[in-house]
Amino acid sequence: MRKKGLSKVDLIFEKVDPKEVLTKAFKMTSDGIIKEMLDSGLKGRGGAGFPTGLKWKYTAAEKEPVKYIVCNADEGEPGTFKDREILDKVSYKVYGGMAIAGKAIGARNGIVYLRGEYSFLLPQLMEELESFHKMISEIGYDFKINYCLGSGAYICGEESALFESVEGFRGEPRNKPPYPTTSGVFGKPTSINNVETLVTTMMIIKHGAAKFTELGTKDSRGSKVFSVSGDTPTPGIFELELGMTVQEFVNEFGDGDTKAVQVGGASGFCVPRKKFQNTIIGFEGVPTGGSMKLFNSSRSMYNVLHNYLDFFVEESCGQCTPCRVGCQQLLKGVEKVKKGEVKSIYLNELVKLADTMKIASKCGLGQSVGNAFRTIVENFREEIIY
Amino acid sequence: MIKLTINNQSISVPAGTTVLAAAKKLNINIPTLCNHPDLCVAGICRVCVVEQTGARTLIASCAMPVSEGMDIHTNTLKVRNARRHIVELLLSEHRSDCTKCYKNQKCELQALANEYAFGDTVFLSLVEDHKYNIDRSSPSFIKDDSKCIHCQRCVRTCAELQSISAIAVANKGAHQKISSFLDRPMSHVVCTNCGQCVNRCPTGALVEKTYIDQVWDAIYDPEKHVVVQTAPAVRVALGEDLGYDPGERVTGKMVTALRQLGFDSVLDTDFTADLTIMEEGTELLTRLKKILVDGNKELALPMFTSCSPGWIKFIEHKYPEFLSNLSTCKSPQQMFGALAKTYYAQKRKIDPAKIVSVSIMPCTAKKYEADRPEMRASGFKDIDYVLTTRELAVMIKQAGLDFRNLESSNYDSIMGDSTGAGVIFGATGGVMEAALRTAYEIVTGREIPFKNLNITPVRGMDGVKEATVKIEGCTDDWKFLEGAELKVAIAHGLVNANKLMKEVRAGKSPYHFIEIMACPGGCIGGGGQPIPTSMEIRKNRMKAIYAEDEHMVLRKSHENPDVIAIYKEFLGKPNSHVSHELLHTHYTERDSY
Repeated sequence: MRKKGLSKVDLIFEKVDPKEVLTKAFKMTSDGIIKEMLDSGLKGRGGAGFPTGLKWKYTAAEKEPVKYIVCNADEGEPGTFKDREILDKVSYKVYGGMAIAGKAIGARNGIVYLRGEYSFLLPQLMEELESFHKMISEIGYDFKINYCLGSGAYICGEESALFESVEGFRGEPRNKPPYPTTSGVFGKPTSINNVETLVTTMMIIKHGAAKFTELGTKDSRGSKVFSVSGDTPTPGIFELELGMTVQEFVNEFGDGDTKAVQVGGASGFCVPRKKFQNTIIGFEGVPTGGSMKLFNSSRSMYNVLHNYLDFFVEESCGQCTPCRVGCQQLLKGVEKVKKGEVKSIYLNELVKLADTMKIASKCGLGQSVGNAFRTIVENFREEIIY
Repeated sequence: MIKLTINNQSISVPAGTTVLAAAKKLNINIPTLCNHPDLCVAGICRVCVVEQTGARTLIASCAMPVSEGMDIHTNTLKVRNARRHIVELLLSEHRSDCTKCYKNQKCELQALANEYAFGDTVFLSLVEDHKYNIDRSSPSFIKDDSKCIHCQRCVRTCAELQSISAIAVANKGAHQKISSFLDRPMSHVVCTNCGQCVNRCPTGALVEKTYIDQVWDAIYDPEKHVVVQTAPAVRVALGEDLGYDPGERVTGKMVTALRQLGFDSVLDTDFTADLTIMEEGTELLTRLKKILVDGNKELALPMFTSCSPGWIKFIEHKYPEFLSNLSTCKSPQQMFGALAKTYYAQKRKIDPAKIVSVSIMPCTAKKYEADRPEMRASGFKDIDYVLTTRELAVMIKQAGLDFRNLESSNYDSIMGDSTGAGVIFGATGGVMEAALRTAYEIVTGREIPFKNLNITPVRGMDGVKEATVKIEGCTDDWKFLEGAELKVAIAHGLVNANKLMKEVRAGKSPYHFIEIMACPGGCIGGGGQPIPTSMEIRKNRMKAIYAEDEHMVLRKSHENPDVIAIYKEFLGKPNSHVSHELLHTHYTERDSY
């Protein structure tokens, strides 16, 4: 059982000897590594929360001789900046996680897709990559990583849009199936994992799955790095054990006047004060890729919502109808409601539209616009109207 | 085989079949919009969403392959609500001036709205929020972004069928649009005006530029003598816009209709198609002689046909170094135009300034071709107006003609006679077949040895076709060709043309003569033909073209009495000085972007 309350963990940024961990990993079989990941219960740290072991298992099962491991470092969700910190501080562990994944799925090539705005990190990252390549060859293992730089589109964090971008096309999500595990970048079986996920896999190899499962809850094992921002006296990066309630989180980070927390960024959920106590941060409650934004009573939730919708109107790729047009309708709709140009009951129509977007959009972007919309409109309806 | 159930009915289909296709087999209709049988799956309009039991979201049936045990429902409340929302969303970004729209009653969005979104509008209109561009720069078509619903059929058409990508997707989110290189007007990009995008646009965002009113004005002007020519492929497709099934030949009724519309003389492009064979066939043989016998180093092989104005613009943009490989022959439309205001005018004793020359074409690129500055050999604009097959259907409806009950009649004389060889210009491989029928006979004095003159290897829908004709028993003039094997190739759709051209550029092309048509299937699949189009529809039109050929008494261009007469009375002989003045042209190198 999880200890009550909030506990800080030091796993992601913990200093390790990569050579030692990797030597250990390379001695394991592919099945062995995958079993360790499955046992750990690790779920993807990018936000969607797909079990990492399962992703590797599916990719490993593909018969193709060429496979890829892609590190998704296109950290674009408003309010998250943890991957930047991880890359800045412990990039060798990201590379290590990729090599372990490569060993598990049978890939000799890795690609880091780095958010364009993080290009200032690139010289340092390349230098560290060089030492990593040297170390790997000293161990006598063949694995190569390349960098690919994004150009500023939020949608390119979506895995299949990311592949399109890597291949030199417009970053637009593909139809699924086929899933990346069958046909990913360059049409080859691909495991695409978040920066933090990859680091976590390395730490699971070091400490063992059993140790990892001591942390967190049944549905949300382990710890996670949170990007804390908004109305807080202590903004920044914090690694916390999963399973705390929003209340516990607010007790630690709030300014005493917190009225809502946006968990998971623009595509996440808004938790109002009255639900702090009963909402768990994790896959059993509100999942998050790490973005935690606190709002105090000086904030207008209309402005918050407007800001998110503005963002989606810009950042939808524009190919599918529900997302391209739906985002514009939601934005225009709340503006008109606010101005009193349409009746407030129109909000109900917009909530229905958000529900349609959730089930009819082509990819995760359009499917998650409704999360913030619904939770803000439902909990702060009067702030939207008046 | 994969077993699944759709609306509680079981069905087994091969792996890889989409849910949409499986439903179709059960006669369950699922509405679609971005889907098109000629194009790759996009899965972006989301109109075709259905419910899969156990799935978190609805699925796009056009993009979802079947899987074992799948349980699909196409008409649940969830599906209906989503579908209505999606159609409403599309309507909210579409400038709905339906009653005035050229595509009124032919618009796929309108049909969907009628079924799924009638009654009160749900959402706010977004049309005023955007600065839309209406591009009228091309003489062939209009691109009206305010009616675009972003289905990307046009984009896929231009990329997949034509390998040009003159239009592509630009920007993202609310600003996403279908655009050209650097947002240039369509007249200033690599667009070939082929109109294939127009054929596949579900709304009024891409339509041909229409000249119907100008033609009516000319018809009603007592001072003007209005001649009309009809291209081979029009007669096998016009019916589709007038209630007939694809592939029904309406040649005789069409001629009567044109006469009743008020054209002063109803003539046939098939006549100049036959003339093209005389000119181009002679050009090919002369070129072969100059290269093979005289050792001429300036002339090049393979020689390309030049009938398709989309293809001409394509090679001018993309492979300008091979412009000298093009036949210098004008297209049949333009040969006709040049002769209408010279030969025809003289014979009929009409002042050519008073002649208005109209052509009915399966093509939008022909509108561009008629506007080219080279096309004024008669001293006037050789062709005044080009109408598509679709526009002719509109005129027939405007005039209130009871088309189905019209008597058949024949073309007028002077430039109205034609042969089967002229007719088959309308299908891919037709120019080649017609050329071979005549050239072989010129060289050997005998008919080409194919049963019923049907040169089947050059027929059909394969993207690239090739054939070898062994020349034996040459007459004295052509002895140098004795025993030679004439290698020919045919491509239709510019994506296939591109394949052949890459070979040519790499110096690996073994051919002497190549026929290229810009549109899939040749002119029968032209950008001005009735909408919709599909492989099946094009095959039906093609069948009709060859049936038309079989029904002709004369099937070789050199036997056309009007052709024989014009050489005797006016042109002299093929490739004569007069021919060169009126019937041949030159080409222009253009930018490759």
